[in-house]
Amino acid sequence: MQIYLPIAEVSVDAFLLVGLGGIVGVLSGMFGVGGGFLMTPLLFFIGIPPAVAVATEANQIVASSFSGVLAHLRRKTVDLRMGVVLLIGGLIGAAMGVVLFNYLKSLGQVDLLVRLCYVVFLGVIGGLMFIESLRAMRRSRSAAPPQRRRHTWVHSLPFKMKFRVSGLYISVIPPILVGISVGVLAAIMGVGGGFIMVPAMIYLLGMPTKVVVGTSLFQIIFVTGFTTLLHATTNQTVDIVLAVLLLVGGVIGAQIGTRIGTKLKAEQLRILLAGMVLLVCGKLALDLLLTPTELYDIASTAGH
Amino acid sequence: MRALLLSLLLLLPLPAAAEQVVLGLSRDEVAITATFEGSDILIFGAVKREVPVIDPGSLDVIVTVAGPSLPVTVRRKGRVMGIWANVASAEITTAPSFYAVATTGPLDEVLAASEDLTHSITIPRAIRALGGGIEGTRAFTQALIRIRAGAGLYQVLEGAVHIDQDTLFNARITLPANLTEGDYRTRIFLTRDGRVVDIYETRIGVKKVGLERWLYNMAHERSLLYGLMSLAIAIAAGWGASAAFRALQR
Repeated sequence: MQIYLPIAEVSVDAFLLVGLGGIVGVLSGMFGVGGGFLMTPLLFFIGIPPAVAVATEANQIVASSFSGVLAHLRRKTVDLRMGVVLLIGGLIGAAMGVVLFNYLKSLGQVDLLVRLCYVVFLGVIGGLMFIESLRAMRRSRSAAPPQRRRHTWVHSLPFKMKFRVSGLYISVIPPILVGISVGVLAAIMGVGGGFIMVPAMIYLLGMPTKVVVGTSLFQIIFVTGFTTLLHATTNQTVDIVLAVLLLVGGVIGAQIGTRIGTKLKAEQLRILLAGMVLLVCGKLALDLLLTPTELYDIASTAGH
Repeated sequence: MRALLLSLLLLLPLPAAAEQVVLGLSRDEVAITATFEGSDILIFGAVKREVPVIDPGSLDVIVTVAGPSLPVTVRRKGRVMGIWANVASAEITTAPSFYAVATTGPLDEVLAASEDLTHSITIPRAIRALGGGIEGTRAFTQALIRIRAGAGLYQVLEGAVHIDQDTLFNARITLPANLTEGDYRTRIFLTRDGRVVDIYETRIGVKKVGLERWLYNMAHERSLLYGLMSLAIAIAAGWGASAAFRALQR
């Protein structure tokens, strides 16, 4: 069934959009990622103008993350206190990121920079997670006791705070810094930042994987909600019809994803996320390296 | 002032027009609704003659439909240190968002080059690029035409106008689903041996209606409210799905 989108000004298949929303929603619920890094390129591919795709995707992530967070809240796998601390950092970072983005835009080549950012970050994070989870799986198979929570420099910083749900007693400085850096990247790359946040929480802050997903989703709701409002008021690029179609699939998918997530082991969850991140990274890298079939493209200068 | 005079002159009917176009349109308005899938427009008309014409030249009809013009930037990719990046770009001052030319025969036969220059009929003529002297601007305009033609936005329909006994003619133009709102300037040229003998011009209005119109206006006029509404829908949908799944599990 074809539907004409009022803001994007293109006609698209409604069922295709619901389906895409569903698939990304499942991943979102499973891994605690917003799914923006997957959905945004997919929307470009089916012909949605990039500015509309980025803004609308933020709105859709609000819905699927909210749906996912409710499921996690019932399981008590959301560390609200940690979430708020990360969020404070995230909002500061996002504001800094917008300034940086506009500065880079004035220099030109912002497109290439965003793509390189994607390839580098997806590649590094995916690669590290993949190796780590493989090692963890092998370790659990040989039944050796996993060595956890080593005492590092993170534990000797001031302003300590108790995060009961995560079982941590650490300084608030590392979570704030993680929030800021993810916020900056999220603003530049136009995503919620879950795929950076999740590994940062596991490896830098030492949070248990089960709590990480819900906490990441909690934080994403606010960051993407803020982004949606910003896009709606400054660029008028949020397409509500497109958002509704995507989020119908997305919220259902997120519920299914959360249920699949609780049945999997933490290492399996991490290795799957790593594989997916590497796959997207590979695709983007190929786009940069292979000769494109059409050397020219059209950038509309009107409006946005 | 001179421009105004010139445009007034152009609007005047051509002197000593022995033949004139009388036109009808199947519709002069296209409404974009939520289920809009594109639209066919039938353009039909007749050639009116006050006196019988004893002209040996062949009679032809050219129909053009042009969407609203907007500036566009065309970028070219090039290899920089092994990576494909945008290396050059050209600003094209005006390019119609949609353009269709339908004719009774091959364009180079039914239209003289000098007439094309005056009336801007063919697609390359309808696009004006900034700084025409710059080396390579042509390549950018050609790329724009190639990309838009591939998307069905630029159409050359040679032989799509049917003419009957040198009097009655009709053409069918298909507007694609991804239309831009605005006035679509429709021109009908009557040519004899490639020279334009009469022009008829009208407009087809393309407008969003109903829900599409309402949402579009709201997004632009009350953008904060629109943004908050988007968020409210997102939150409600997220909560709804969560509640529904819990009810299902019981």
